[in-house]
Amino acid sequence: MAERLVVGIGNPDRGDDAVGRLVARALRGRVPADVRVVEQDGEATALLAELQSARNVWLIDAARSGAPAGTIRRIDCSVADAALPDGGVSSHGFGVAEAIGLARALGVLPGRCIVYAVEAAEFTVGAEPSQAVAVAVQEVVRRLLAEFPCHCEERSDAAIPSRLARQA
Amino acid sequence: MARKTINIDYLARVEGEGGVKIIFEDRKVRDVELRIFEPPRFFEAFLRGRAYTEAPDITARICGICPVAYQMSAVHAMEDALGVTVSEPVRELRRLLYCGEWIESHVLHMYMLHAPDFLGYAGAVEMAKDHGDVVRQGLELKKIGNEILELLGGRAIHPVNVRVGGFYRTPTRRELRPLAENLKRARDIALATVRFVAGFDFPDCERDYEFVSLGAAGEYPFNAGHVVSNKGLDIAPQQYEAHFEESHVKRSNALHSHLKGRPYLTGPIARYSLNSTLLSPAARDAAKEAGLGPTCNNPFRSIVVRAVEVLYACDEALRIIDAYQEPDRPHLDLTPRAGVGCACTEAPRGMLYHRYRLDDQGTIVEAKIVPPTSQNQPSIEDDLKHFAGDWLDMPEEALRVRCEQTVRNHDPCISCATHFLTLEVVRG
Repeated sequence: MAERLVVGIGNPDRGDDAVGRLVARALRGRVPADVRVVEQDGEATALLAELQSARNVWLIDAARSGAPAGTIRRIDCSVADAALPDGGVSSHGFGVAEAIGLARALGVLPGRCIVYAVEAAEFTVGAEPSQAVAVAVQEVVRRLLAEFPCHCEERSDAAIPSRLARQA
Repeated sequence: MARKTINIDYLARVEGEGGVKIIFEDRKVRDVELRIFEPPRFFEAFLRGRAYTEAPDITARICGICPVAYQMSAVHAMEDALGVTVSEPVRELRRLLYCGEWIESHVLHMYMLHAPDFLGYAGAVEMAKDHGDVVRQGLELKKIGNEILELLGGRAIHPVNVRVGGFYRTPTRRELRPLAENLKRARDIALATVRFVAGFDFPDCERDYEFVSLGAAGEYPFNAGHVVSNKGLDIAPQQYEAHFEESHVKRSNALHSHLKGRPYLTGPIARYSLNSTLLSPAARDAAKEAGLGPTCNNPFRSIVVRAVEVLYACDEALRIIDAYQEPDRPHLDLTPRAGVGCACTEAPRGMLYHRYRLDDQGTIVEAKIVPPTSQNQPSIEDDLKHFAGDWLDMPEEALRVRCEQTVRNHDPCISCATHFLTLEVVRG
């Protein structure tokens, strides 16, 4: 089992829904060697398989909650009853929230499971991400890099910079 | 005059965005509207001006659940236009790819989307809390479908190894061997799945459908045969448009399809009812044990038929792997020419029709794609018209759930179906 995994989720061809994938691509080559970075479309069963492959997982996905586009929320799903906003364009309405829910119900949720949810506004097929989301991509990358100390530590709030812990 | 309206704004556990409105009057269903408001996606327009060789990769993008059926219909239609036939080992590998897709898609629908309806849960997550072993079983079974697609297609979603005339690369016998081991285990799970879903309570709802599927090919249909029905239709895919007609209705971004003006049904219960004698012996026995006759007219039992088809797909995959002879060449070398090609194949949720017109350079001049959900819309509405009147005494929430379940019986893939463009011309 891998130590650390980042999963960038979304459809690269539907505007802001690409946010997770854009973050994943921006992280490549910039993370410690033990951090695996993958992209996914967010289909729940495939994501569930990824969740079982690492002890510490960070997911980045588009969200639709009515907040201004580009708003970033960091949600610690290792905590019971962590509420996730509606996701982007998931298949059969069966996406990230369902994957995390299934992992929890089946007792296979990683010890640390963090979701970065980026508010999206534009889901048009073939559209570019909005400016607000493009800016948010850079910010999520910066925050994620701050979350990866050189050696993975046991889950504790001490592993998260205090500024991020406050935001969470 | 007692009037009651059930309005389901957003259908849950279906692919894409749609809703249903049912109006009851005097204890009868007066009107049903399956509304599809997923935006149209214009794939037919994307294809125009592209090389015939690009069609498999473009059409695979229509659906993340059934990309094989889309790209395979495209390659069959292109091969029809170019007047070529692939070798038998390549044809067999294509059937193997279909096995993978049917397993993936059917298992997702049965376990994650449809079973919660029968077991009384809002969704798979709630069901998993009480039926963890059942969900684990479904996940294990789905995984073998993914493995087939990864090995043959290059990846589990939107496969990249399919090309007109064959594959970019074909596997060795040795590479297929581990799949066979996993398929034996999957076969046991598939049989257990048939038995599991056969134990559900099914509403007593039957209809005299006109079933349409591929058939008359001497094999349970994936990608060969005539278009047949239980009411006498028997045509080559090239004659499809002389019999089937698409039309626009205001409430749907997906075109409705009729057979000579009549609604019809494609999908598992149509395929099964027209081809059940062609299942593998184990799948036939399992169907019988599950209480299915040679035909199935109860759409709520479609979950049992899907389970039987998954067992068949495991058996068929094992047969193909056992008999597999590596082809001399992974693909034919093709010369473009002007022409028209048509093909029908069986996506998990129903028959899919493609037609392409090519110019002498092999550039696509015209494309037409008729997805299964588009074809099934009128029948889905008719199911509700026929059945829902008897459910009026149910509590409000139960009635809503039952109506949603009636739509989910057919595993609609709304995203696939929406390719209609409304063009409003305002002249000043």
